[in-house]
Amino acid sequence: MTDIGNIALWITFFVALWASVVGFIAGRTHRPELARSAERSIFVMWGLLVVAAVALMRALLTHDFNVEYVAAYTSRNLPVFYTWSSFYAGQKGSLLLWALVVSTFGSVALLVNRGKYKELTPYVAATLAIVVVFFVATMVFASNPFERLGFTPPDGRGLNPQLQNPGMVFHPPMLYLGYTSISVPFAFAVAALLSGRLDTGWLHAIRRWTLVSWLFLSCGIVLGMWWAYVELGWGGYWAWDPVENASFLPWLTMTAFLHSVMIQEKRGMLKKWNIGLVVGSFLLSIFGTFLTRSGVISSVHSFSQSNVGWFFLVFLVLAAVLGFGLLAWRWPMLEAEVKLESVVSREGAFLFNNLILIVIAFAVFWLTLFPVISEALRGTKVTVGPPAFNLVNVPLGLALLLLTGIGPLIAWRRASPENLKRQFLWPVTAMVVTAVSLAAIRMSDWYSLVAYALGAFVVGTVVQEFVRGTLARHHLHGEFYPLALVRLVGRNRRRYGGYVVHLGMVMLFAAFAGLAFKRETEVTLKPGQSVDVKSPYGWTYHITHQGVSQYEELNRYVTAASVDVLRNGKYIGTMKSEKRQHLDSLGRPTFEPSTAVAIHSDAREDLYIVFAGAVQGTEEAVYRITINPLVWWVWYGGLVLAAGGLITLWPGAQGPTAASRRRAEPAGYVAQVGA
Amino acid sequence: MPMRARTKFIIGGSLVLATVGYLMASGIKETGVYYLTPTELAARITADHSFYNVGIKMGARVVKGSITRDVASQTITFRATDGTQTYPVVYHGLAPDTFTDEVDVVVEGRLQSDGTFHATTLLAKCGSRYEQVPGQAPAGMPQTRT
Repeated sequence: MTDIGNIALWITFFVALWASVVGFIAGRTHRPELARSAERSIFVMWGLLVVAAVALMRALLTHDFNVEYVAAYTSRNLPVFYTWSSFYAGQKGSLLLWALVVSTFGSVALLVNRGKYKELTPYVAATLAIVVVFFVATMVFASNPFERLGFTPPDGRGLNPQLQNPGMVFHPPMLYLGYTSISVPFAFAVAALLSGRLDTGWLHAIRRWTLVSWLFLSCGIVLGMWWAYVELGWGGYWAWDPVENASFLPWLTMTAFLHSVMIQEKRGMLKKWNIGLVVGSFLLSIFGTFLTRSGVISSVHSFSQSNVGWFFLVFLVLAAVLGFGLLAWRWPMLEAEVKLESVVSREGAFLFNNLILIVIAFAVFWLTLFPVISEALRGTKVTVGPPAFNLVNVPLGLALLLLTGIGPLIAWRRASPENLKRQFLWPVTAMVVTAVSLAAIRMSDWYSLVAYALGAFVVGTVVQEFVRGTLARHHLHGEFYPLALVRLVGRNRRRYGGYVVHLGMVMLFAAFAGLAFKRETEVTLKPGQSVDVKSPYGWTYHITHQGVSQYEELNRYVTAASVDVLRNGKYIGTMKSEKRQHLDSLGRPTFEPSTAVAIHSDAREDLYIVFAGAVQGTEEAVYRITINPLVWWVWYGGLVLAAGGLITLWPGAQGPTAASRRRAEPAGYVAQVGA
Repeated sequence: MPMRARTKFIIGGSLVLATVGYLMASGIKETGVYYLTPTELAARITADHSFYNVGIKMGARVVKGSITRDVASQTITFRATDGTQTYPVVYHGLAPDTFTDEVDVVVEGRLQSDGTFHATTLLAKCGSRYEQVPGQAPAGMPQTRT
């Protein structure tokens, strides 16, 4: 079966080569039969990659340990659930998943746009085929998942216990879906540049795609944070680790694009910028995969050990030359139709929004690469820690939050003083009241205070938009308020979905600001001994060590320590944290021990207890106890964000009629209320 | 004559960029630390004695059998080597799960003039792997932290 998989990969390689050549020729010569051949090749590639994926999955599930990948990432006693996820636990399987997902998205894009954008689709097929050529070439020439060993080990090495977590089952594919789906907008951008069809047609084709990519990336990032928080046991969810940053970079450029595309649709500005953002997002998604898969940051020396890194680097350079080269070639065709009239306008707010998002991306990019740059330039590696990232990104994030509030309120073209007064009165009041109240209760952290005040401003903006829109529908159509609200959102999904996303962002910012009040202590307790921990709310947690027990469970040997927890004298539960020593199928220890964290979570704060180990041969235990305020808001903020994205994406109201209606009444219902 | 909107935006943008440039520079200056191997550290010390007591990161491997733990004071001592140069390390706090004999560690702290390295943080790279290549950074994962 793995032979079939291997053959399928090779055929994919040649079909993809064919499709890329034929697609470009079809684009230039407008020969329909060649265009059809290129498009069909994409579907064929998809079928072949499905065969390859099934072959690998079968090898994993049947424990074919003669296959190197299977032996390296699974074992007989690995639960089936995680055997599935070991498909993408390693580099080789990830590459296959990448290629499969690119071809899936490519097929869907071609099906959805069947009969439309006739001048673009051959180029789109060709560009996607090149992406697949790259991934399949990397597999067959450097990192083949079907590679066999010279012998058959009796059991595999098993999956790293830290990856045996539900978060890790869903987090990587979500990120991959986000990374890969950017290939489609990239392909359309390249097609638009090549064909010279640079009107808004290609933008309409990819508007939804970019949102899909953005949604997957957002979910992937939040799931990754959740995994780090519950599994790694260091008490946080974001540490500006190179790998985290790698997923954050394309998210920033995608977010910028989702905003700037509105300016191009409404005002015919920023055409070059938008193409640049799409190309940049694609490059950053490849770069993200490159970072995670090559280890170039953590260890420069490991770079030479895996030539997969070189494949990525070469592809990255080629894609950059292609994308930006074409952009430079078509530069004169991409002049703006109008000029910016006033900085105090929707366009102005969006321009600053884009500027800040891109500046954040640049700062994160350079700080992440700083160890490599310093070693290359000065011969000494200098590393920068999370404080440097925070120093730059906290003020930028706050500026962005401010713009999140301003953007939706301000009129297109040029805001009049009346427009400003009418729109800003209530949100600014909310902001001031929040700031004054927090100052009154002596919130000690200045940045956090600003974050909550600005959060109140954005919430004020969003609520005002919903209220005014609903009232307008009520007055115009005599609808009941709830019906008016539902129809309001239903008829303007992109706009109101966007506002829901903004609410999600406020929740996330509120959670981040809460980190300023985190508290951490380490204690050693004998059974029966207690420790008191103060929370930022002034509560007292009384934590009593119960004892240490040891037992075997599933595929691991567990040492568990339990504590009884009282909050202000009231019992809230017994919390158990574990040290796990995973075992192979012969009962021998495998991997280093891992930790299962005990977390008591509510909307206000998390009590996060890590059992760090017992004193040799006794039940005296060492604990690290962390109080993490508002962590809950990260997960639910992520959910709200995703819900907003889904509302925006939901099919139905995004057709040309809805789009033209929006253009006809640019300020929407708010203008009618004001009139 | 009133300023054009474009000019205003460029001025505003330049202000943002200048601020960020300044913040990045000061961030790197304040938190940037040298990342050295024991051999490189020894070379620096020989060249410049004032390099004692400067905050650095050192990447090295734990010498087999050198770890001692004192649970009561939560003190861990071990020797860290890159094969040619070895330094004794003292660390107060909880060691990560992955910290055992012969793992690669990154310690952040200061080399005292008595030749011991006082670490304030201790990171252990995964001795086994997410990826098979030995010594390679764990793919897709942050390192275990303390």
